[in-house]
Amino acid sequence: MNAPTPAPRPAAVPAAGALTAAIDVRDLTVTYSNGFTAVHDTSFELGPGTICALVGINGSGKSTIFKSIMGFVRPARGEVRLCGLPVDAALSRNAVAYVPQSEDIDWNFPVLVEDVVMMGRYGHMNFLRIPSRADRAKVDEALARVGMSDYRKRQIGELSGGQRKRVFLARSIAQEGRIILLDEPFTGVDATTEAAIIGLLRELRAAGHLMLVSTHNLGSVPEFCDQVVLINRTVLAAGPTSQVFTQANLERAFGGVLRNVSLGGAALHEDDDPRRVTVLTDDERPLVFYGERDAHKEADRN
Amino acid sequence: MSELLGELIVPFTYQYMFKAMWVSALVGGVCAFLSAYLMLKGWSLMGDALAHSIVPGVAAAYIMGAPFAIGAFFAGILASLAMYVVRQTSRLREDAIIGLVFTSLFALGLLMASIWPTSVSIQTVVLGNILAISDEDVVQIALIAAVSLAVLVLFWKDLMVTFFDESHARSIGLRTTLLKAVFFTLLSACTVAALQAVGACLVIAMVVTPGATAYLLTDRFGRLVALSVAIGAVTSFVGAYVSYFLDGATGGVIVSLQTLLFLAAFYLAPKHGVFAARRRHLSAGASPS
Amino acid sequence: MSALLDWITVPLSYPFMQRALVVALLVAAVCGVLSCYLVLRGWSLMGDAISHAVLPGIVVSYVVGLPLAVGAFAAGLSCALLTGYFKENSRVKEDTVMGVVFSGMFGFGLVLFTKVETDQHLNHVLFGDVLGVSLRDLVETALIAGGTLLIVLAKRRDLLLYCFDPNHARSIGLPVRVLHYGLLVLLSLTIVASLKAVGIILVIAMLIAPGATAHLLTDSFGRMLVIAVAVAAVAALSGTLISFHIDAATGACIVLVQALLFALAFLFAPKRGVLVRAN
Repeated sequence: MNAPTPAPRPAAVPAAGALTAAIDVRDLTVTYSNGFTAVHDTSFELGPGTICALVGINGSGKSTIFKSIMGFVRPARGEVRLCGLPVDAALSRNAVAYVPQSEDIDWNFPVLVEDVVMMGRYGHMNFLRIPSRADRAKVDEALARVGMSDYRKRQIGELSGGQRKRVFLARSIAQEGRIILLDEPFTGVDATTEAAIIGLLRELRAAGHLMLVSTHNLGSVPEFCDQVVLINRTVLAAGPTSQVFTQANLERAFGGVLRNVSLGGAALHEDDDPRRVTVLTDDERPLVFYGERDAHKEADRN
Repeated sequence: MSELLGELIVPFTYQYMFKAMWVSALVGGVCAFLSAYLMLKGWSLMGDALAHSIVPGVAAAYIMGAPFAIGAFFAGILASLAMYVVRQTSRLREDAIIGLVFTSLFALGLLMASIWPTSVSIQTVVLGNILAISDEDVVQIALIAAVSLAVLVLFWKDLMVTFFDESHARSIGLRTTLLKAVFFTLLSACTVAALQAVGACLVIAMVVTPGATAYLLTDRFGRLVALSVAIGAVTSFVGAYVSYFLDGATGGVIVSLQTLLFLAAFYLAPKHGVFAARRRHLSAGASPS
Repeated sequence: MSALLDWITVPLSYPFMQRALVVALLVAAVCGVLSCYLVLRGWSLMGDAISHAVLPGIVVSYVVGLPLAVGAFAAGLSCALLTGYFKENSRVKEDTVMGVVFSGMFGFGLVLFTKVETDQHLNHVLFGDVLGVSLRDLVETALIAGGTLLIVLAKRRDLLLYCFDPNHARSIGLPVRVLHYGLLVLLSLTIVASLKAVGIILVIAMLIAPGATAHLLTDSFGRMLVIAVAVAAVAALSGTLISFHIDAATGACIVLVQALLFALAFLFAPKRGVLVRAN
């Protein structure tokens, strides 16, 4: 008697890695219950291997867009698709990782650094949330990549600002989300950590991840972001940094709201050099334009 | 000496005492599990409000001869609905709304008890009466505690992530709204159980103090939960035992014990206690780095 | 019409009812005023805490031979001060600490109450006993409530500024710490004055509902104070009369009338009432 042929295995749910990173926002309009329309008719499209800056003043709708991507708010009109899937389906497949602002976290919560990074694996774990050897390995790897292995047994409240950011970045790495949302990642962070974070984001971009970074830190945008979405209740401009992140666009979009310092002539030069220097800042690292050169030339040099 | 020992053993020989002790321990343990979460979020007012809000439901159940859990359930729904409506449509602060709703409902329960004093003893509802608990009530409590414990043991990590960082919880696919709803349902159910043991006014201690004590003793949430449950169960068991000798005030004894443990941890905890902090402060000052 | 008049005048013919109504009115006045500050400051939990914490103070006073009000006041104030102390010296959140402290004190108070033979009924301490108020009780209440009311009204603007924006208050030179502890002291005194009328458990209702009701009806703080007192007075007087006629717990009747008045304001307030806005 022959052994019975084994029953066909049920089709496994494809691993999160099989998804292609993509954010597709179409005609998004979000209205809160008090009647306030936070964003209207917002559309932009992003693909894999990209770092995109989401730039806008306070109240421009950046956090609303993040909330729509996370499924916290339902659009009044339009839709959001992540990796080609509706938001809920994408979330259940661990498609999105979220790196929060410092203010959103209770630093007195009794969790150690390694506990937080392990939380990134919960979406991959079994029902009882018991970590497997693979889970532990991913956590070790993530901690090593951000340089926090030595701190793994510390309670999170004991860390400095830069270290805290790294821990949450490690969590998103451990989660293996194809899309990573970063909410003001450079606030309260020293220059070394800022450089380290940018380096890490470049590595993740090379691996095909899609990063959407909400930031005020205008000066850093041309350095590491290849795409920009300028937003003020709707999309003002979206596309490659060199095309979108120009002095003209920024002045038109934010004009009187950004600090705008323009130096030229005798105030700047000791000779008859006609070039002007324009400094635009939203209270973080300022963006500097030399003469009629635009931000594109800065990115070229990196 | 053996006479003293003989005296101490007496409570264990009585059926009603034995019942009171282990039921208290059960209730204390499961409430303590919840307290790990409540105390981290600072939800004391909500805990107190829930306990007071269900009193009219419990009173109505006693008057009509229905199971008290049903009455409590409806009163809880009424309270949640009232708070929701007022919050959505007025500019009052959250704490004022909660305070308004729970005190009004509690007054309603009090009124009912004063009009039908033979059906419902307000003392029992407000102060608990575990020493005289009936067998049907024991069954109700055991059921609530068992189900709650089972759910909590299965989902404690997901609940932790939800309460620590809700955005992240969503991003890993957790159904955060559902989890929160489950948590508050369990809280309501355990409030009903705790009402029997310690009364409406002391439920807040059961769902806050053990967790707060454990929080001073560890940095890991898993250990916090385990410690909290142990503290809750043991203090409730011992409290019930001691109340035999005081002939009553079981709730008061349990809560006093829990508070004493909190005080001990506050001062003596190895890392987060006041004395430890002072030692660190002094040694940091003594040896300049 | 004469039936309605009888409804009011018949109880008034009894001396105990006369005293009860005066006490109810005094308590309504002082609670109404304090509730405006509590509601704006977000001190509902603090009021809840202090009112429960007075219990052990009452028993200790009795044992030591002091007037009960003294022990009650001391215990209530200690609760607030201990909360501050525990919060400053540990990582536990303030609301959690408050819950631990006041429930611990209340639990301990219950144990003491059971073991010490006082001349008080636990029911009366917990729920008030306004129909059993003696002349001495009335005088005591009048002194405490009256004194508290005078101080609050004298310093009402400074207290308002402290409640609304403590940082601004500090920057213009107001003694913010004094105002903070002063408000706590006044709150404790108010609670002590109200113990006879509504008892420990229900006084918190009188410290929230009038202010909340008034908040729905006006944008001016001065008017809010007046409305809160008026609403509290109506609730206190009618609640006491109702409890006389239906022979039910007085404190509960007062609180329920208060809740009814809030509901009416909620639905029909000129600018903010739900039914008004729907039209």
